[in-house]
Amino acid sequence: MTNLLLENVSVGALSDVSLAVPGGQVVCLSGPSGSGKSRLLRAVADLEPHGGAISHNGAGQLDVPAHQWRSRVVMVPADSQWWFDDVGAHFSQKTGENLPEALGFPPEVMAWSVSRLSSGERQRLALWRALALQPQALLLDEPTANLDGEATKAIEAWLLEEIRRRQLATLWVAHDPAQIQRVANAHYRIHGARLESVYGSD
Amino acid sequence: MEVIDLAWWKLALAALLILALAVTGHLSRLGITRSLLIAAVRTVIQLALIGLVLEALFASSAFYWIALLALTMLLVAGREVVARQSRRLRGWWAFGIGTGAMFVSSFTVTVLALTVVIGPEPWYAPQYAIPLLGMMLGNTMTGVSLALDRLNDSVWRQRAVIENRLMLGQTWQQALEDIRREAMRSGMMPSINAMAAAGIVSLPGMMTGQILAGSPPAVAVKYQILVMLIITAGTGFGALMAVSWGGRRLFDERERLRLDRLIKP
Repeated sequence: MTNLLLENVSVGALSDVSLAVPGGQVVCLSGPSGSGKSRLLRAVADLEPHGGAISHNGAGQLDVPAHQWRSRVVMVPADSQWWFDDVGAHFSQKTGENLPEALGFPPEVMAWSVSRLSSGERQRLALWRALALQPQALLLDEPTANLDGEATKAIEAWLLEEIRRRQLATLWVAHDPAQIQRVANAHYRIHGARLESVYGSD
Repeated sequence: MEVIDLAWWKLALAALLILALAVTGHLSRLGITRSLLIAAVRTVIQLALIGLVLEALFASSAFYWIALLALTMLLVAGREVVARQSRRLRGWWAFGIGTGAMFVSSFTVTVLALTVVIGPEPWYAPQYAIPLLGMMLGNTMTGVSLALDRLNDSVWRQRAVIENRLMLGQTWQQALEDIRREAMRSGMMPSINAMAAAGIVSLPGMMTGQILAGSPPAVAVKYQILVMLIITAGTGFGALMAVSWGGRRLFDERERLRLDRLIKP
């Protein structure tokens, strides 16, 4: 079973963060804004200097070139960025055509210009852009923050199905307790400099 | 043909025009008066001094004096490159990268032009070496500083885009690709535009000077072509090196974007 393992990780105000995310499972992180949830995800993606050891499936973060690590452990930021004019330019031909129906886009979305996308649409497309890379672990920073209630549930269901099917170890930053209830196998809350287990941990 | 020497008091007439512009600028509150006057005074003093230096240098033509002048020109150009960046790398990196890029490109190209193309005796004859190096450095300096300024500023503004690209497993080179292209473009544009407009819109300064000094236009034109070609090559290679070294320094060994290495003076 694949595993995303954090040992004594410290970044920003957080220190001694240790947790394990088994493949196919979702570990939720919550905490007040500014408590360092996103920075922790960034440390796991190795985008920020940090202390401690992080490994996936036994392979340490520092054992592989950083870009290879990041294509295995893919992070989806809360505010996704789009740098080409057209949506389609951000996807390969094949992944563009295989856009899952669950995301609720018409097939011609690939021809749309990025500027006409709403923030919710960007967020949904960003999830597909990340999954299309065939990652082994996912780092999701409030993946449904810009979606309404109904869309949130549909995206959650689709994400969970993909996570289970592909056996992805998933760290999911969330603030809505109901959502955490629905998706989490384990839940940690940031309290000061520490991570507290709320339920479902070792 | 003899060159008509200019008396110093005649230059004062030209300076009156600058004064008139300064007064007009002041009255209509354009906010350029101060920098205009300072720059004008600087140009007079600096050129008068370099005139004296060149007179002395032409008289001695010792290699080490020429090398010393070349080094001074390089260091001043390096300082200027640093000053022209609104955001620059911390510490000595900004100076080192700019100066290193200018050194490698302008000195190589100048020495090449002197030894292979022009071939004066000795190859470092100051009458050829100093003006050529001066033109090379002046233009490379513009190219390198424009390119580095654009690079640093774009990286600063597009932080989120670069990091999102990194999150998707791109290498730092891929994540920086568009910005690097833009930076090269803005460094190269002045040289490319100058080449495109040369002879039709503008008569380049060096050729004009040579013709004024009595050279046949056919010779002046050949020199001008040589100079424009080597200037563009030198600027291009200089900007290329500066952008790739500067870009490398903006990422660390784990390919993380390190904006903490940039400062706004």
